[in-house]
Order: sequence, then C-alpha cells, then structure tokens
Amino acid sequence: MNRTRNLLDEALDLNNDNKGSRVVVIEDCVETSGAFVIHHLIKRNLSLPSSLIVFVAFSQPFSHYERILRKLGCNLVMQRENGRFHFLDMLSMQCPDGEEDKLCEGGLVSLYGKIQKAVEVSSSTEGNKNSVTIMIDDISLMEVAANGSSNHALDFLHYCLTLTSDFGCTLVILSHEDVYSNMEKPMLMLQMEYLADVLIKAEPLATGLATDVHGQVSLLIYFLTVVNRGRYEKGSLKTKTSNFQFKIRDNNVECFYPGSQT
Amino acid sequence: MAESVCRALRDGSMEGEHAAALTVKDSMKCPYGHNVFNHVLTQLSSNILSSKSQSKGLVLVALSQSPSFYYDLLRSRGIVDFVTNKWIHILDGYNDPLGWKKWLSEHDKIGSISSEIFASTTIFRNIKDLDQLLSLIIEVGKGLVGQGKGRFSVAIDSVSEMLRHVSLSSLAGLLSKLRGHDQISSTFWLLHSDLHDIKATAVLEYMSTMVITLEQTSESFDQQQTILENLSLHEQNSCKGKIQVRMKRRNGRVRVTCEEFDIDQSGMKFSSASPESATINQSLLPKVQFNLQLTEKERMDKENVVLPFEHQGNGKTIQIYDGRRALTEGKKGTEPTPTQQLPAVEDSGKGDIIYFRDSDDEMPDSDEDPDDDLDI
Repeated sequence: MNRTRNLLDEALDLNNDNKGSRVVVIEDCVETSGAFVIHHLIKRNLSLPSSLIVFVAFSQPFSHYERILRKLGCNLVMQRENGRFHFLDMLSMQCPDGEEDKLCEGGLVSLYGKIQKAVEVSSSTEGNKNSVTIMIDDISLMEVAANGSSNHALDFLHYCLTLTSDFGCTLVILSHEDVYSNMEKPMLMLQMEYLADVLIKAEPLATGLATDVHGQVSLLIYFLTVVNRGRYEKGSLKTKTSNFQFKIRDNNVECFYPGSQT
Repeated sequence: MAESVCRALRDGSMEGEHAAALTVKDSMKCPYGHNVFNHVLTQLSSNILSSKSQSKGLVLVALSQSPSFYYDLLRSRGIVDFVTNKWIHILDGYNDPLGWKKWLSEHDKIGSISSEIFASTTIFRNIKDLDQLLSLIIEVGKGLVGQGKGRFSVAIDSVSEMLRHVSLSSLAGLLSKLRGHDQISSTFWLLHSDLHDIKATAVLEYMSTMVITLEQTSESFDQQQTILENLSLHEQNSCKGKIQVRMKRRNGRVRVTCEEFDIDQSGMKFSSASPESATINQSLLPKVQFNLQLTEKERMDKENVVLPFEHQGNGKTIQIYDGRRALTEGKKGTEPTPTQQLPAVEDSGKGDIIYFRDSDDEMPDSDEDPDDDLDI
C-alpha cells in the first residue's frame, strides 16, 4: 500500500527535502473530483514536523474535512487546537455589492489579511523552518463570492503569490474546469495555468466508468525556477509529466500506472 | 535573430525618433516568454554595464515577479551586484499593486508596509493610476542618467498584468508616451497573448518595432501528445521551442525570421539552422490544387521504375513492341500471348511498364491511310 501511495508524492517531488516555494493548481471536473489530492496534501503536510496549513474553505464545512481526514488517519481537531491547521470558513462569505473600492470591507482583502497574519505569526515565532501551505478549496466558489469577478479572485491570488515569494509558502488551489466549459477563453483558468508550477488534472477515464479505476490524473510540472528567499537557484529548470490512474477506497487512494493493476 | 533584437535594443533610437520597442509574446502552448524576457534583460544589462549601449540606465517595472527575483537573476548571470551600481531601478508593482497591504497595516495592524529591500527599488501601490506610473518611470529614469542628454531603457513585466486593471487604450497611451519621450532609448515588454483578445495583441504589436513570438515546434508538439497519451512518466531538464522574430527597419522593410531555442540550466541558447525550418519554407509555397511534392515512398517508387530504353543491351530479350513481328517469333509461328509477357511477380520491386495490345487483328503502323474508308 505504501508503494502505491507514494506515486503521487513521487510525482510531486514531495519526498525531496528541497521543496521551495511553488504554486500547485488542481483542475477537476464533475465526473472526477480532485478533492482527494487536497486531502492527501493536508495529511502529507501535517505529518511533517513544523508545518502549517492555512485552509480557505469555500465549498465544505470543517466537519467534512475532519471526517475524511480521520479516515485517512489524521486528527484535524487536534491539529487545529495545536495551531497547525488554520481553518477559515468562508461558506457564508459575500463580497458587498457596489464600488470596487469598498471591497476593502469584509471582502477578499480582509480574508487576505487573515492569511497574512497567520503566515507572519508562524514565521516569526518558530523561526524560518516552518513551511506554510495555503490551500484554497475552491477558486470557482471564490469567484462566486466575489460577485463573479474573476479579476478580484485573481487579485487575491496575486497577493497570496507574494506570500509565496516572501515567506516561501506553497499555494495549493483547487478549481473546476467544467464550470467554464461554455466560455471560449476562461481567463481565470488560463491565468492560473500561467501561475502554476505544478498542474494536476483529474479526469474520468476516456473509456468510461470502471469499477477498478476511478479516474486518471495527469500531472504537469512546468518549470521550477525556485526562488528561495532571495536565492536564485540554478539548475532547477525541469519539466516533468506523469500520468497515472487512481482508485478511491474507503480510507485511502490508490494510485498506479495504467496497466500495472492486475 | 535574438541577437539582432538585443543589438537593436542596445543601439536604441535616433534623435527625434520613437524609441525602439520590443514585444515578447507567448501563449500557454509555449509558456517560456519569461525566459526570453529575462534573456533580453540580461543582455541589455550587460550592454549597459559595459557602456556599449545608447542607454545608460534601466527602469524595470516588475509586476509578475518580485524585485528580488530579478536581483538574484542578474547576480546569477554574473552581472555585477546592482546595489552599488546606479544604473538600474526597479519599480515594484508586484508586492502591493492595489494597496491592500498598506490598507491592512493601517487598519488592522497586520504586517508592516514592507520596507524597500534595496535602495534601487521603489514600491508603487496603485497599478490603476497610469499617469502616476508614467511620471514615476520618468522621474526615476532621470535620476539614473541625469537631466542632460543621457538616455535610459524601460522594461515592463508584464503588460498582461496591467491589462487586467486598465483599459487597452490607456495602456497604449502609456506605452506611446514612453516611446515618444526623448530620454528613452528603448523599451520592451512581455505579453501573454492568449489572455487577451486579438485586438489587444494587435495593438501592442503595431506599437512595437520588433516582435518575438514564441511557438511550439511541431516536433515538441508531437512529443507532448505522445507523452500525454501513452507515457506514464516523463522527465526532461530542458525546454525547446521556436521563436519568430519580426523586425521593422527604419526604412519600413519588415523582416521575419525563425529560430529555435533551447532553455537549460545555464540559460537560453538560440540556433538558427534546423532541418525543420526548411520545411517551413516549403510550406510557404502558394497553395495549389495539385501536389507539387512527392512523399518519400512516392519518390522511391518513381526511381524504381525501369524506363523502356534503360535495359537494352543488358542481355535480355527486348520486349518492347516495335510495331513489327519479331523475326524469331515469326519463324516459330507462336505469337507470345500477353500473359507471357507479364513480368514475374517476384520482380515487383523493380517496376515495369506493362502493355497489352488491344487486339491481334490490329495492324499497327500499316501504310494504309486510316481515313481510306471515309466517303467524302
């Protein structure tokens, strides 16, 4: 089980200590949810010492994640009390209508403020070793909360991006591809693909539904020009593509290369 | 050709002319525009440092990468630490383009307005105010080169980021004011073309004297398809693509050239000659209804055909029907049937011309007048 489990980690290069700051974009669709990658990354990050997650939830309440993570063997309530899992419940968030300038009240700006505060606190108290991951589930609902303005959502993402370069955070964004399928040019998706260092796509199998395989994940790592706190790392340019299929089980997700499952 | 672009930026503009301008244009299919931009930036920087260029300073408007990224980039390329040098100034529109951080620190006491890391960096907090940006660029540039005749260059990374906040017309206004300013020698900017409509791209291309368009090579496209469809794991440490450079000369002549690039750890390499570019030239032929080119197989087949005159004297019986009965055949009284004349099937690799005579009654080449029976 451990071997197959590591496939996703391997593809993401998480086993490497040198993580660097990066942007991970997960694209999924109605038929195949990519939420399992989020759950996996939560568990993975919390199992590392001195790491912190700031979770911005637009789609599900805390109890949902708590239940799933408990099945995966991770106690979110405890982690939240320890201050390693910041959960920002945004289910009821609504940006006020009207002038853009008035967005400053109660909208995305204050949300960003909360994130920045959490990141700053963690990096000031426990030294620089803390690796902070900001997760957003999901960006399409954030766009809805921002009154359908993808520009505002992108502004918000840009500010989160400045945190990745200032504090070495990782940014994980989930988005739904098919929400924009009627648009010729989904600006938000394209912009995010430009931002992404790692792009994960979850799709259903082309051959249709199967009992043994739930879907297919393709993973594109574009180029890692890692900038670590003012250090321009040479030799970090790399493109990597992995394709594998997965099956969601009760308490874990099994990943395997196509054809390797008997 | 990337070199000639860098040369053109180095040489700048003549007195009373608009500044040379370069658009670096990429799309998601070949998203390495940043690498090209950085390449041009480092080239120009080293030219400025060795005072080969017309411009004596560089103002970099950083919107999609942090100033420290550029700082590290220039240092890693062996260009002298610019903290001590008074030739580059970065306008930081990356860290706080909308003033959120300032607002937060004033209202909620979150964070502090990040102090400027380097002396040669200025933060501006309102990307929507292009007038302010313009006056800031000019003020800072004059600070670098002084009031006199000295000139400086302006780099913007990237205009796509700006177009999210301001209208196309105001951006075009800013760019043309920059180009028209008599102390600016050259400008260049990065554009992600698929984020905008065709109009925006076209407007920016009109405004520039040079355009570098990044494209996928057909080879890498095929490769990518196979990877996506078949391979489970693929890793490579370099990226390839091709660039198309369009340069407008002073006399109005336009030159388009193609070049391939290769990005690896040490930077970008350009190579002009490639067998593929020959095929590009071929495909530039006007489209006609018939086929002008042969495929490889067609060419082989064509070469395999033995023409009738080719095997004469090789010791074989000459099988060409020359209009008379062959002497040997006449004596034997056996006329070869068409089937006997058919080439052996094993011989198929060689190719032959097969001729069936219409009928034995036919008297070929008789001296008779064929129109004899006509009653005129």
